[in-house]
Amino acid sequence: MSREATFLDPFAETLIPLDGWVDQGIRWLVDNYRPLFQTIKWPIDQMLKGFDWALNSVPPTLMIVFFALVAWQIAGGRLAIGTIASLILVGLIGVWSQTMTTLSIVFTALVICLLFGIPLGILAARNDRFQAFIRPVLDGMQTIPAFVYLVPVVMLFGIGNVPGVIVTIVFAIPPVIRLTNLGIRQVPADVVEATLAFGARPAQLLLKVQLPLAMPTIMAGVNQTLMMSLSMVVVASMIAVGGLGQMVLRGIGRLDMGLATVGGLGIVILAIVLDRITQAVGEERRRRVHVPWFRQGPAGMVLKVLGSRERRIGPSLPR
Amino acid sequence: MPRAEPSLSSAAAPPPIECRNLWKIFGDRAAEALRAAKEEGLGKTELLSRLNCVVGVADATFSVGEGEIFCIMGLSGSGKSTLVRHINRLIEPTDGRVLFKGEDVGALDEEQLRHLRSTRIAMVFQHMALLPHRNVRDNVGFALELRQVPRKARAEVAERALHMVELAGWENHYPDELSGGMKQRVGLARALAADPEVLLMDEPFSALDPLIRRQLQDQFLDLAEKMRKTTVFITHDLDEAIRLGNHIAIMKDGRLAQIGTPEDIVTNPRDDYVADFVAGISRLKLVYAHTVMQPIDAWRANGDGDLEGAPVAPPDVDLDHLVNLACDTDLPTVIEADGKAIGVVTKRALLRGIQGRSEAAPA
Repeated sequence: MSREATFLDPFAETLIPLDGWVDQGIRWLVDNYRPLFQTIKWPIDQMLKGFDWALNSVPPTLMIVFFALVAWQIAGGRLAIGTIASLILVGLIGVWSQTMTTLSIVFTALVICLLFGIPLGILAARNDRFQAFIRPVLDGMQTIPAFVYLVPVVMLFGIGNVPGVIVTIVFAIPPVIRLTNLGIRQVPADVVEATLAFGARPAQLLLKVQLPLAMPTIMAGVNQTLMMSLSMVVVASMIAVGGLGQMVLRGIGRLDMGLATVGGLGIVILAIVLDRITQAVGEERRRRVHVPWFRQGPAGMVLKVLGSRERRIGPSLPR
Repeated sequence: MPRAEPSLSSAAAPPPIECRNLWKIFGDRAAEALRAAKEEGLGKTELLSRLNCVVGVADATFSVGEGEIFCIMGLSGSGKSTLVRHINRLIEPTDGRVLFKGEDVGALDEEQLRHLRSTRIAMVFQHMALLPHRNVRDNVGFALELRQVPRKARAEVAERALHMVELAGWENHYPDELSGGMKQRVGLARALAADPEVLLMDEPFSALDPLIRRQLQDQFLDLAEKMRKTTVFITHDLDEAIRLGNHIAIMKDGRLAQIGTPEDIVTNPRDDYVADFVAGISRLKLVYAHTVMQPIDAWRANGDGDLEGAPVAPPDVDLDHLVNLACDTDLPTVIEADGKAIGVVTKRALLRGIQGRSEAAPA
């Protein structure tokens, strides 16, 4: 106690010991509820293992073909070629398996973000009070430096890929919540009114009108969530998450710029490919292309071949 | 010729739509404002400045007869769109009641209200409000889809409805591929598809250019003639109201200034506001011989001369027709009903009638 608090300098002493409370609170959580957090880990772990197994057990060549087909279907032939070139480059610089590991973490985080984010966004769109509550929370999740919650997460969940996914979710879920909320609120009021005037139930309004019309905006949120989870890869590697992030971290630690660059390049390539594919999903809806997806791209070609064969022997597909 | 009046014969059946002393006041202190308006007779501006409440509808009472087109006409902000939304309870009234075929709309529970909206009352909107992500067929079948009618039945109904609005063959197109007039015909088809008992049309043609508007009015009149659906039609265009309406209600500041037939409103405006409105309206097709004629007895009493060879017309011809007759002769026109002369229209009375000053008829 060196100084006295005066009227002009009232903050000489800390009157609210927030730091102590938080410290005690987390210790209490760790002491009493660690088993609960370990249980939460389980489904994430299973999903992660599933993705990891699927991505790493398929031979790279087949994987490249698969990704190229997906890119072609969603975004057209040009992106398919770009995807093939990018993934071949990833393989050539020797980071294929790390890329697949990172991808499985990102996908797991994305699935969980959508699972929780879209319902929360819908809730926020329907309830002004919930929106007012969740906005500052989301601001906080996006601005608190990841290092602040890295330690408590480790204390509760331990280290490894699963806590890495959890840290990623904290950082990456806000955009999908925000943009789902925004998208639903932006549906024109007269369309909503017309839907109600024809006797729609709340669930019908949501599923048949609000969600389809909000879809481009929601897809922009999905894209942002995906990008943000990729940007967490290096930070998450500090708690022993494998993959590209770890290469970067180890490279920096050992001043091995080559290793860091190779890992970093892998992240960038992955980001570009995923960004273009998810953006295309939203854009196609915004351009209002009135051809259903299964009549475009490779699926459309397959259907056409099947259709022409069918025409020779029987009725064709309805147009 | 005047359009055939809808049959109002079944006096026992309650009218399809009846509003009784309907009030809608927007604002946090609506209840207080309602009391002030009812007891102290505060007007729209006073309520806004004193209680910060906006009057949407003030004490509206009217009923719409079976099969008629009831036009509610007023300038923007007069509360006509607010009023019509009470009929299917898109807006809850602050006070008063809406009866649909004698049934209190305000007393329906949610399920009954949905049923009312999906099967009995359909609505057409000013800005069409079509669903941009669905093709024309799915837009038209939307009300049926909401009540889980199977896809095939929906498609058939949609085809029939589109045929009625002369859009057959457009089923697979999307709203953004249609012109404004076509979109609104889809909007009309969507409303008709549910085969409702009542149509609510909220300025359906206002967003269209004049030529298309007139075409759609004609098309709508044809349809109305065939279907005889009870319709509440909102418009800010008096010409439109006169062309379409069997009855017209003129709305000002949330109040119904006058309700009557088009002729009634044009020839007998109740106040200056209505008079200003109807001042520029052509009376040629709107005012009938019986309004401008002089009774035959009065004519004879004046001894105003011989009617030998004068043209003859029934009392329900309009001024336009009388002008045609008067052009070919110097004599006045004799008005005959059931083979008996009942009145006389002089050229002077005819010209004054066109002007809107009825000096020939005993006012």
